[in-house]
Amino acid sequence: MINKTVNNVTKALEGVHDGMTFMLGGFGLSGIPENCIQELVKRDVKDVTCISNNAGVDDFGLGLLLKKKQIKKMISSYVGENAEFERQMLSGELEVDLIPQGSLAERCRAAQNGIPAFYTPAGYGTEVAIGKEVRDFDGKPHIMEEAFKADFAFVKAWKGDEAGNLIFKGTARNFNPLMCGAAKVTVVEVEELVKPGELDPNFIHIPGIFVQRIFQGEHYEKRIEQRTTQS
Amino acid sequence: MLDKNGIAKRIAQEVQDGFYVNLGIGIPTLVANYVRDDIELEFQSENGILGMGPFPREEDVDADLINAGKQTITALPSASFFDSALSFGMIRGQHVDLTILGAMEVAQNGNIANWKIPGKMVKGMGGAMDLVGSAKKIIVAMMHTNKAGDSKLLKTCSLPLTGVECVTKIVTNMAVLDIVNKKFRLLERAPGVSVEAIQKATEGDLIVEGDIPEMEL
Repeated sequence: MINKTVNNVTKALEGVHDGMTFMLGGFGLSGIPENCIQELVKRDVKDVTCISNNAGVDDFGLGLLLKKKQIKKMISSYVGENAEFERQMLSGELEVDLIPQGSLAERCRAAQNGIPAFYTPAGYGTEVAIGKEVRDFDGKPHIMEEAFKADFAFVKAWKGDEAGNLIFKGTARNFNPLMCGAAKVTVVEVEELVKPGELDPNFIHIPGIFVQRIFQGEHYEKRIEQRTTQS
Repeated sequence: MLDKNGIAKRIAQEVQDGFYVNLGIGIPTLVANYVRDDIELEFQSENGILGMGPFPREEDVDADLINAGKQTITALPSASFFDSALSFGMIRGQHVDLTILGAMEVAQNGNIANWKIPGKMVKGMGGAMDLVGSAKKIIVAMMHTNKAGDSKLLKTCSLPLTGVECVTKIVTNMAVLDIVNKKFRLLERAPGVSVEAIQKATEGDLIVEGDIPEMEL
């Protein structure tokens, strides 16, 4: 077995430095790599580019990096829950590239799968298409979107084994599996790290080949943005 | 004139047996409350669930189970979870039958704007551009006019576009309309609303053919 485990988050983030591009899994606050984000805050890495569907909220998730002005550029699809984000964007302190959610997902998947670019109808005729190649297929216009390039991917899974095989839970899956192997180094934090053989190979979502480092995370807060219950 | 629930109730009549449906945030979410019991359908939420159930009881709330509006939800026995690329594969690949979403503006050629007000509000498009870029059928749920009283059904959109020539039907608090030959066509009136009132509230070209029936709710 090729063992992918590292002892802790400090080891997991070795080699991270200023100016790098990171991918971070999660949708809203669901399935975000809480331990890795805390460590990025602690290390105070600056001028980073973050590829993440959302930007957290003011005091949690990527909002913590925003507050410390560690982020130079955000590549996201929806950033509506964060007042500090909006302030930094409108004042020009923060560079923002907003792209359709499906294109964001597919650009991760393309990077993971060695596909340099693809065509999609999403965004044709809008601001998103500016500067991009347009090509008709079956009489319908599509725009070309390119695979992302990133230095580190920070991923949160539910369970993982020492070989780096991963299982995700519920809608906390979202972008996490697509970012595995989509950056030069993929770091995965799991709620439960187990020995090989404890996970059924039939139910592995991501094979360990896409993972370089895995560790068991601690103190998951799993904050809920919109707690909605039956009245 | 209808309220938000009235709009949702009317749109629920458009949902057919066997449909996979994606509901946007706001009025579209309410549509789920009004679908007839004898209709079998599944709701897709683009963050990665098919077979979305109602909101949970307090004791069943799970941070790992939310919808695209980040609300806590439940999963039906028929549900499945998947990653965001497969989710948008369902959308882009036209496996989802019906998309219902809100809008700030709709133009008479089917253009839609709902993601940005330059200099004021930039929240992002989320999945809206993917949804309108590929959906087989798109119904827009919105108020006929904005808070200032200006028409949201326009000759051309003034705000940055979300998609081009894609809207097929619009249900507002005043009317049901579709788009033919790059014009709005009035199909139904909300209870107590006159054709004249709808015409006045519609900036775009409006086709009115024969008697326009009142909605049956």
